[in-house]
Amino acid sequence: MPLIAVIDTATPAVTAAVAEVTAAGTVVLAERTTVDARAHGELLAPQLAAALAEAGAVPGDLAAVVAGTGPGPFTGLRVGLVTAAALADTLGVPAYGVCSLDALGLGAAGVTLAATDARRKEIYWAVYAGGARRAGPAVGRPGDVADLLGGLGVVRAVGEGARRYAGVLGLPVDGPDHPPPAALAALAADRVRAGAPPEPLTPLYLRRPDAVEPAGRKRVLA
Amino acid sequence: MSEPLVLGIETSCDETGIGIVRGHTLLADAVASSVEAHARFGGVVPEVASRAHLEAMVPTLHRALAEAGVALADVDAIAVTAGPGLAGALLVGVAAAKGYALALDKPVYGVNHLAAHVAVDTLEHGPLPEPAVALLVSGGHSSLLLVDDLAAGVTQLGRTIDDAAGEAFDKVARLLGLPFPGGPPIDRAARSGDPGAIAFPRGLTAPKDLAGHRFDFSFSGLKTAVARWVEARERAGAPVPVGDVAASFQEAVCDVLSRKAVDACREHGVGTLVIGGGVAANSRLRAMAEQRCARYGLQLRVPRPRLCTDNGAMVAALGSHLVAAGVAPSRLDLPADSALPVTTVRV
Ligand SMILES: [Zn+2]
Repeated sequence: MPLIAVIDTATPAVTAAVAEVTAAGTVVLAERTTVDARAHGELLAPQLAAALAEAGAVPGDLAAVVAGTGPGPFTGLRVGLVTAAALADTLGVPAYGVCSLDALGLGAAGVTLAATDARRKEIYWAVYAGGARRAGPAVGRPGDVADLLGGLGVVRAVGEGARRYAGVLGLPVDGPDHPPPAALAALAADRVRAGAPPEPLTPLYLRRPDAVEPAGRKRVLA
Repeated sequence: MSEPLVLGIETSCDETGIGIVRGHTLLADAVASSVEAHARFGGVVPEVASRAHLEAMVPTLHRALAEAGVALADVDAIAVTAGPGLAGALLVGVAAAKGYALALDKPVYGVNHLAAHVAVDTLEHGPLPEPAVALLVSGGHSSLLLVDDLAAGVTQLGRTIDDAAGEAFDKVARLLGLPFPGGPPIDRAARSGDPGAIAFPRGLTAPKDLAGHRFDFSFSGLKTAVARWVEARERAGAPVPVGDVAASFQEAVCDVLSRKAVDACREHGVGTLVIGGGVAANSRLRAMAEQRCARYGLQLRVPRPRLCTDNGAMVAALGSHLVAAGVAPSRLDLPADSALPVTTVRV
C-alpha cells in the first residue's frame, strides 16, 4: 500500500509524518512534532528524516507528499510548502495540498470553529459541520469572529487559536491544538488512491504583504 | 573521476537563483527576479520577495537543469545561502535545499552569501590566489574582506557603518527621478555629466576618521549632501543638472571604494583585489579600480556583471570549492541566519 509523507507548518507545531494509505483508510506509521514557532526551518527536514527512518522507509518509497497549505504565519508556512514541493519534485510523485484548518475540523462532532493563531491579535478560522467546511477560511479579530458564531450555530471550538482566545470566543475548546497528521493524510487519501494529478501547493496567505508605496518623492531632509 | 556536480540555491534578497557548476566550470545560471514587484515601493519588500521565491523555486531549478543538460539525480551536492540576508527569504532557499538533499540523499552545504560573491570569480578567472582582498558592494552590503582561505575563513577588514553603496545609488536615483534599482540609470546618466562639477563629500576619508575607520565606509552623509544640493537648486527655481549630479555622486562613491580597497591590499601585502556585488557592474568603479590597481601593480579580478549580482552560480561555486577542499557538509538542521558573520563560511 502506498506510503506518503505528511507535512504541516501552518502553526507553531512543526509536523512531519509518514503514513500508509490503505483501501480502508490511512495509518500513521511514524510522526515527529515539535511545537516551536521559530524552528520550522531547522527542524522540519530532520524530523521528516527521522519519521522515514522509524517507518523503515526511504524517500524513494513515497508515492505522494501531502502538505498543509495554511492559513498560517507566512514564514513557517512556506518552509513546509517548499520542502514538500522539493520532495515531490525530486521523487517525481504528486504533491497534494490540504487546508490546515480542515485537518483540525475533520474529527469534530457538532458545528465546530477551528482556529489557529494568526498573530497581531487575530486568528485564522473556519467553521465545520460533520467535517465539511461551512465558513472560512478567513482571518480576523477573535471578537469579530465571536459575533458571527451564533448565526453559524457553532457550539464548540478546536485549535490553539481557539484555546488562546477561548474567553473572547465563549466556546468550550477540546480536541487537537495543531493539525494532526492523521487528519491531513485522511483528507488527501482519495487523491492518493486515485493517483490524482499533482497540484501546485498554493499557500493560503489571506493577508496581503505589508508594504506601502511611497507617496511622491520622499524628502531626505525633514 | 570527474569533479562533483554542485547545485547552488540563492534566495537572500529578491533574486531566486539556481546555479550548477562542475569544479570551476559554470554549467547553468538561472535567475528569477522579483525586482519589478518591488520597483513601485522603491526598495525590496521582504514579504513580496519571500512569496516570489516560493513560486519561482521549482521552475527556476528546472530551467537550470535544462540549461546544464543534467538531471537532478546527477547532482552530487547542494549548496545554499544560509545568510546573511532577509530572514524569511533565506528560509525558502534553505528549506528547499534540505528537501532536495533529503530526497536525493546527497549532502547539503549552508554557505555564506558574501564568501559566495568572492567564490564566483573562480568560475571566470580560475582558482583565487590567497590571500586576496575582496570588495563586495551591492544594495545589501558594502564590505572589505581579507580572504586568507576561502574554504576556512574570511576576515572582515571593514564595512559600511550606515547605508550600503547600492542603497545610496537607489536613494539618489529616486531623488533625480530615475528608476529603481538606481545603479544602472545613474551609470548611464553620469556619462553625459561632469564628475568634477560638484564636490560631494568622501565619507570616512578625513584623517580623524581614518584612525578608527580606515577600511569602513559611510554613504549616508553623501546621500544627504546630494539631497541638500538638489533641494537647494529646486528652491532657487533652477533646473537640476541630472548628468552632473549623477556623475559627481558616482565619482564620490567609486573614489572611496577603490581608494580603500587598494589601501587594504597594500596594508596587508596582498597582490589580488576581487570586486563583487551588484555595484561591481558600475563602469566608473571598474575603470577607477583598474587605474589604481595598475598604479600599484595589483591584479584586479572583476567577474562579468551577470555574475556580480546575486545568483545561484556563486553559491554553487563556493559549494564546489568546499567539496574540493574536503570541508564536511552541514547538518540537516542547519539554520538560516540573517546576520551570519563573514567569518563563518559554512554553517
Ligand atoms: Zn549579494
